[in-house]
Amino acid sequence: MELYQGSLDIKSIFNRWLDEERESNYGAFIPFIGTIRAEDNIEALSFDIYEPILESWFNSWVDRAEKRGAKVKMAHSIGDVPVHTSSYISAVFSPKRRVALELIDEFVEDFKANAPIWKYDVVDGKRIYAENRSTPMSGSGILASKEDK
Amino acid sequence: MVKIEFLGPIEQDSLEIEAKSLEDVANFLQNIENVSSWLDRCAVAVNNQMCNDLSKKLNSGDVVSILPPVCGG
Repeated sequence: MELYQGSLDIKSIFNRWLDEERESNYGAFIPFIGTIRAEDNIEALSFDIYEPILESWFNSWVDRAEKRGAKVKMAHSIGDVPVHTSSYISAVFSPKRRVALELIDEFVEDFKANAPIWKYDVVDGKRIYAENRSTPMSGSGILASKEDK
Repeated sequence: MVKIEFLGPIEQDSLEIEAKSLEDVANFLQNIENVSSWLDRCAVAVNNQMCNDLSKKLNSGDVVSILPPVCGG
């Protein structure tokens, strides 16, 4: 797992990952790249990350992929990422396509739901938490009072 | 003492309290103004392990992290 301040240089990361696995005899490689769209007058998105739990979340996916003979990789940005640049790249390598197609879907969806990363819109230089696009992690709400549940 | 840290957008400095279980932490945080309205959407980690068990025992020096809704990518 790789974390970078600001936008990702996805071309160099992508190329390096290809080089790293060139001799690994994987038959299928599927990357997923997330790019910041210009919408709602945002200048950028901005990200906070809690690294210790992101690391353990990612390592659990390394184990799950390995059980299926596959490998996952990811890189993500910290801080501000301007529109039309990229904040996220992940990829699955596997011997055959079926596992790779299934795994990239499961991995990216669980990433959206359970990776400890917080997103903010940047508008006029101010960070605004993207609350309505955010998802409570598994097990959320256990500390709330019973009346609130 | 148990340390409670608030991650991402929750605007609250870390707190140190006496707590023997996560339930004690819940009862305490439900009365903190900046925090209580977040709790129904927040997950919890103890010493960087996600935890869904309110009866989880805590020891002095443990760190409880409060994780609000996420959106990576």
